[in-house]
Amino acid sequence: MKIEIISEKFDPWESLVEYKRNELQNNPKIGASSVFLGTMRDFNDDDDIDSMELEHYPGMTEKYLSNIVEKAIKKFNIIDGLVIHRVGLLFPTDPIVLVATWSEHRDNAFNATREIMESLKEQAPFWKKESTDNGFRWVKPKTESTENINET
Amino acid sequence: MGKVMKIYIKYFASIRDLIGKDSENLDVDINSSARELWQLLTHEIESPENVLVAVNHKYVDFEYVLKEGDEIAFFPPVTGG
Repeated sequence: MKIEIISEKFDPWESLVEYKRNELQNNPKIGASSVFLGTMRDFNDDDDIDSMELEHYPGMTEKYLSNIVEKAIKKFNIIDGLVIHRVGLLFPTDPIVLVATWSEHRDNAFNATREIMESLKEQAPFWKKESTDNGFRWVKPKTESTENINET
Repeated sequence: MGKVMKIYIKYFASIRDLIGKDSENLDVDINSSARELWQLLTHEIESPENVLVAVNHKYVDFEYVLKEGDEIAFFPPVTGG
């Protein structure tokens, strides 16, 4: 398992190849690999977005991401999980978040990747500030579901 | 004057803008709750419904009773991913 908060632009496909080569070493038990990549759009709520600042709470963010991935590994019986999340200044098309899971069968990897992503959006302390033609604005969550944040 | 204890407070994102600083050390009354601290800091300028609170890197609710040396953080709903 690996959790990484990264402040420089990263190549998610390179990160995947590197992780697979170094950590999973062609594990023959793996029958399914599932990957989600979130990238930055150049629009939000009908406005053009030039750039975005992403901040986090050092220590707490890593702790929650680790808890989320550990929970998914147990719940879906997956072999391994990887999360890489950007912070700092981002521009449209930049990768924001990479989630990858590996399992014996596809259902587990699909479900684990989905659940890690949803839990991350709900619990992990990150905040986005967008730059628009009218200045900066803090992004508000689309669904303010904070009911389950005490679970992990 | 009652007994006081030392705590460390952090603010993130729009809450940092609201308070005007990113962190501070403060002496507060023993047995203060997170809600009492929030009211003291802001004079209730924003409803805590739009504010999340964490103590020592774990989400808590506003009724949490602070302890000596706690690191408490106030921030808006999260928007990662």
